[in-house]
Amino acid sequence: MSAPSGPVGRSLPRVDGVAKVTGAARYLDDLPLAGVHHGVTVRSTIAHGTFDGLDLDPAFDWSQVVVVTADRLAWGAGLAAGGFGENYVAMIDRDQPALVPPGGRIKHVAEPLALIAAPTKALALAARAACTPRQTARPAVLTIDDALRADVALYGDDNVFKQFLIRKGHADDDEFDLAMVAAAQIIEGTYHTGAQEQMYIEPQAMAAWKDGAVHVAGSMQCPYYVHKALKVLLGCEADDVVVAQTVTGGGFGGKEEYPSMLAAHCVMLTAAVGAPVKMVYERDEDIAATTKRHPARVRHRLGLDADGAIVAIDVDVVFDGGAYLTLSPVVLSRGVLHAAGPYRAPVVRVRGRAVATNHPPHGAFRGFGAPQTTFAYERQIDKAARALGVAPWAYRTRHALRPGDTTATGQRLEHSVGTDEILAAIAKVAGPPPARTGENAHGAPVVRGRGYAFYFHGAGFTGSGEQRLAGKARVVARADGTVAVLASSTDMGQGAITIFAQLAADALGLPPSAIVVPDPATDVVPDSGPTVASRTAMVVGGLVERAATALRARVEAWAAGAGVAGDFTARATAMIAAGVGLDAHGALGETVQYEPPPGIHWDDATYTGQAYPCFGWAGCLVDVEVDRDTHQVAITRCVHAVDVGKAINPVIVAGQIEGGTVQALGWAVLESVRYKDGKVTNASMTNCIVPTFGDVPDLETIIVECPYPYGPHGAKGVGEIPMDGPAAAVANALEDALGVAFDHVPILPEDIARALAGAS
Amino acid sequence: MTAPLTITVNGQPRTVAASPWRRLLDVLREDLGLTGTKEGCGEGECGACTVLLDGAPVCSCLVVAGQADGRAVTTVEGLADGPLLHAVQRELVARGGAQCGICTPGIAVCAAAVVDGGACRGGDARAQVRELLAGNICRCTGYQLIVDAIVAAAADVERGQP
Ligand code: FES
Ligand code: FES
Repeated sequence: MSAPSGPVGRSLPRVDGVAKVTGAARYLDDLPLAGVHHGVTVRSTIAHGTFDGLDLDPAFDWSQVVVVTADRLAWGAGLAAGGFGENYVAMIDRDQPALVPPGGRIKHVAEPLALIAAPTKALALAARAACTPRQTARPAVLTIDDALRADVALYGDDNVFKQFLIRKGHADDDEFDLAMVAAAQIIEGTYHTGAQEQMYIEPQAMAAWKDGAVHVAGSMQCPYYVHKALKVLLGCEADDVVVAQTVTGGGFGGKEEYPSMLAAHCVMLTAAVGAPVKMVYERDEDIAATTKRHPARVRHRLGLDADGAIVAIDVDVVFDGGAYLTLSPVVLSRGVLHAAGPYRAPVVRVRGRAVATNHPPHGAFRGFGAPQTTFAYERQIDKAARALGVAPWAYRTRHALRPGDTTATGQRLEHSVGTDEILAAIAKVAGPPPARTGENAHGAPVVRGRGYAFYFHGAGFTGSGEQRLAGKARVVARADGTVAVLASSTDMGQGAITIFAQLAADALGLPPSAIVVPDPATDVVPDSGPTVASRTAMVVGGLVERAATALRARVEAWAAGAGVAGDFTARATAMIAAGVGLDAHGALGETVQYEPPPGIHWDDATYTGQAYPCFGWAGCLVDVEVDRDTHQVAITRCVHAVDVGKAINPVIVAGQIEGGTVQALGWAVLESVRYKDGKVTNASMTNCIVPTFGDVPDLETIIVECPYPYGPHGAKGVGEIPMDGPAAAVANALEDALGVAFDHVPILPEDIARALAGAS
Repeated sequence: MTAPLTITVNGQPRTVAASPWRRLLDVLREDLGLTGTKEGCGEGECGACTVLLDGAPVCSCLVVAGQADGRAVTTVEGLADGPLLHAVQRELVARGGAQCGICTPGIAVCAAAVVDGGACRGGDARAQVRELLAGNICRCTGYQLIVDAIVAAAADVERGQP
């Protein structure tokens, strides 16, 4: 890394840092809202059946309480007529009701049946306790196998939300079988990964009020997703509803689709109460009801020739989508596109299905389908190396994708391939593996092992997604000398507003302190697309840079003609004062729209072509120590090298990598969401645990920069890739330590005890 | 009607006509408008609600207001001396220890008590931070940059730098 000249590449402190350390930052629940009522949700307690109606305890004083069931609302009338549009939380499909109407079908535990508002939260909660939904249970679908058997139909007649088939190097199954039969040996495994709770520390929180338009504000990743859902729910025009993000206390995907549900509920209650309403979930409710990472079953076969090269890869991926479609097709898409891994293979077949069950809907979570399939292929690669007697990192070094190679979709890799840099970075620091046996700090006997993983992650939306989305960003010079960056990308802690300020400042030749990034509200910012898919720095950051560059060129051209000297601020202020080139609102700004890099071809029908504009690359080394008595796993070392193209702010990038790494380590050995009869049985932070300060070692983070020619300063995605691989590295380390294979996560002490008992 | 509570909050004596059975967290946020203290779980697991009670870190979601009667409470709003941030706050900003920020008030308050008390210095400073802060969960950072910040703040305090 050479020393940066402008603000890009510097670890400037985040612009919202002081507000966050002093408690001045206002999250939704901190905002004063005059006359606000508190909303709570009455939920189903059965996984599948019918909602027969709601019984209200006659002994309770209902005088200050409003209760809303779906049959009380004027559906179809539209907002203009004082009613509502359609009773759906519109996402990709319209299959999920905002409230199950009396007589309607319940499809999962904790499904919203009725809403309650009261002047205090305590009264709202007491009223909820005085409500009893009448429900009739039916047989439920609770496993992937039951879903595929389709004895009980939940979605269509086959329970398949979406399926994909990728074929490389063969025309049909017969040809594929010929390729696999020619293999000298086949490595085969079935891998199970569990649901994972995002566990953002700020629970879901939203408020709504009416002030001309319907206003909604809250904790969210994607204001325009909420906006789109509310247009359907309210039956109104775009201008009738304004959605604003408030300071958001973590998202990780968990505030991608679910906030639309809270927004719908707040809007319904606001209409019924005639006052502002806010809903802040209790932690147990948040864990029980909201989306989690899709549980997955991945069957994986690697056909190897006599030298160990891969001749064919066969993957069958099934995700448990839960009760409604939500974002499952998109999550599955990313899962299958990564399922063959970053390895050379002439013949690849990947089949993927997302199926309906009676679990609460699973949805977006950092990595978005890729962690599940990465776990499978990186266990497989490790087993292949083991079977061949080759060192695991050497095997990866020999067979990983390089420039000129093609991925499973036939995408030819040309630029920004970080393979060699990542492999070298890990090899350089690896050092000798830990001593096999010994004692831990408490004097207990331990066994130790080392594991590796190597992986890639497509940055930005899949295929032609970015073109379809046509995201926009706007940069505006204001009369007070500041410059505003307007984008709908939200900062949920990942530092978006700081890097936007750095990029705009760099393009304008200003200090970052001259840039303001207003909170995204749909009446202020253009739709830049959702804050997901590791696209914010690479795609929206690129838009910000282009808009700023265009604005600077326009101002400089005018200033040269008018003879105005000075920096951008001086010239822009003069141009505004002269009233030149202002838009209808009197602003001097430039809006730009996404344009794809040249040569992107993607075929949605055959799932071939350039799946992503580029990939990030990463390698992970993990050392583990297993207590022989308690079977407790300690992660004693974790090295993570990640190619991010260009670190616009290295400390923010390191924070992203480290945060993702620890979520992945947690998923590997701690984090378990337990379902029984479709209900989460550990819906509290006491037993749905995530890593603490004491559960992880000091992390060794290596930032690698293989620039993406079409990203701002070469930047590509960073948010998700750190989540993809560490779990496989942990499982590989445990196999190294104990000599038994672990093909699922989380790997808990009881699993280790069972595996060792079985092996002996 | 019970007698009003008298709590010294961030150095100022405050009188609150609140039931002694309400959570200290709610009295701080709702009655005193100190919304810097956050609720992440309400069951003593996340530490986002950490405040100092007579200088010792407690989960304000587990303390009833009556327990604070006649005692001193410090919240995140009371750490800085006017515009001058506490060393822990300054280092958290400088070293990237706050991301989404929702855990940050609790971590800052707990860490301030710890470093002001002379801990987290010397060769095992990082291990001390990991042990003393184990009651505060952060889901964003992976802890590394927070540990960096607290160790740096402890060194600042040792040098007498505010
Ligand atoms: S809110 Fe008190 S510990 Fe979580
Ligand atoms: S910064 Fe988000 S939880 Fe710690």
